[in-house]
Amino acid sequence: MFPFTLEKPLSTEDAIAAAASGARFIAGGTTLVDLMREEVERPERLIDINSLPFGGIRIEGDDLVIGALARMAEVAADPNVQRLQPLIAESLIEGASPQLRNMASMGGNLLQRVRCPYFRMLDAGCNKRAPGSGCAAIDGLNSGHAILGTSDYCVATHPSDVAVALVALDATMRVRGPQGERSFPVEELFRLPGDTPHLEHTLLPGELIVEIRVPGGPHSRHARYLKVRDRASYEFALVSAAVALLVADGVIRQVRLAVGGVGTRPWRLRDCEAALVGKRPERRAFEEAAQLAIQGARPLHHNQFKVELLPRTVVRALELAGEVA
Amino acid sequence: MAENPSALHLSGPRISRREALQATAAAAALAALPPGSAAATNAPAAAAVTLTLTVNGRGHTLTVDPRQSVLDVLRETLDLTGTKKGCNQGACGACTVLVNGKRIVSCLTLASMYDGARIETIEGVEKDGALHPLQEAFVEHDGLQCGFCTPGQIMSGLGCIAEGHAGSPEEIQFWMSGNICRCGAYPGIVAAVADAAGRS
Repeated sequence: MFPFTLEKPLSTEDAIAAAASGARFIAGGTTLVDLMREEVERPERLIDINSLPFGGIRIEGDDLVIGALARMAEVAADPNVQRLQPLIAESLIEGASPQLRNMASMGGNLLQRVRCPYFRMLDAGCNKRAPGSGCAAIDGLNSGHAILGTSDYCVATHPSDVAVALVALDATMRVRGPQGERSFPVEELFRLPGDTPHLEHTLLPGELIVEIRVPGGPHSRHARYLKVRDRASYEFALVSAAVALLVADGVIRQVRLAVGGVGTRPWRLRDCEAALVGKRPERRAFEEAAQLAIQGARPLHHNQFKVELLPRTVVRALELAGEVA
Repeated sequence: MAENPSALHLSGPRISRREALQATAAAAALAALPPGSAAATNAPAAAAVTLTLTVNGRGHTLTVDPRQSVLDVLRETLDLTGTKKGCNQGACGACTVLVNGKRIVSCLTLASMYDGARIETIEGVEKDGALHPLQEAFVEHDGLQCGFCTPGQIMSGLGCIAEGHAGSPEEIQFWMSGNICRCGAYPGIVAAVADAAGRS
């Protein structure tokens, strides 16, 4: 690990000023420390933000508000989260080992780096780690890689589970930076790789995630997160689907649908949603809508199975959500 | 039996295997630093953070390099080698300890960020010479083979039970999935956690 200084800021403003001049925030450290040990990340200054007042979970009207420093385990175990936004609790519990969930913060979860093995392999080409060095995954071992939102420069999937749930649920996030605060949809945090895959998110220098706000609604209580993976627990998704479904009088009134493990960012399926509204919650309608999920898919040599697994996962997640609807 | 001073002189001062390994590791660590790096020169800023930790009820004031993990401090500074270093990447769970009552992987935890923390390790689980019920259950159910993962399994099992996630074998499997056992002693581990949860 390269040497660094660790600083404990006295105020949020101090932390933001330090980050604006090149320091890195650290909260749980479960991604950053790992990547520093691998020498993929080499920050010279770390700002320990854990003493800043951005923890906690609260209800405001219909909204669930989650502090960026709240831990994954804490959020998943919160009775309000379980009652009002079961999709968030379920996606968090599926998201990492219990030890990591006790450490990892919500803000850090959203900003975690990709799990592409070539990103960590210092002698392999990776445009994300070393812009211009190529992408070893495109012709390499790519069974875990993306089929949606890829470019000729990067095919890595976004690894977060809870981000998929937050994107499905129209969550927004509040950030604070040198120019003050702003809020925007969580979906807009994530950039497509294009020809600049090293730029992963839309935060400006020094911006700190403060909180995540999830609007409530009758659909959000009838929701499931289905994660398909190579083993039953503690593994990243091959395909995952977050579904919230409101059925009234035998007809789908509202549906929210996003998928993980297949996109270079958490992938909202608005065409599928539109195709489902007004339909009866039946398998045929689910299957027809799910076919829209693979529009524009660009499979690689080893991940062609995802083109079939994705719609199947969406159908099964819709069925599971239908059981609680 | 009195020692022969001349013999002692000939063979040099006695050092334990652990001390020898530590000396080697320290030399290697210095050698591994890139030339001209802050830590290799004088590096006052990058070096030395002083903190206090309470480990198994005992207070320690320590000076650490910011790069040192809680795992490294436990093993190399405090000589508490019960906590094992497996993958050193947060993936295997061998280094699990309880920090402020929560189970975490100590390898991904920078000690310098945990000033004032209360840490419990496998060395603190036994009380007054009596094994903890979970330790007894591991013995009774053959919850180990080589034993390397066992301290982490036990610390994680304590967390799993305290969290209320030991209600069925399936639940225990899911909530213990951050602890890998390469020998495959999982049936015994699950049985031990279930047994201990039932006793407590």
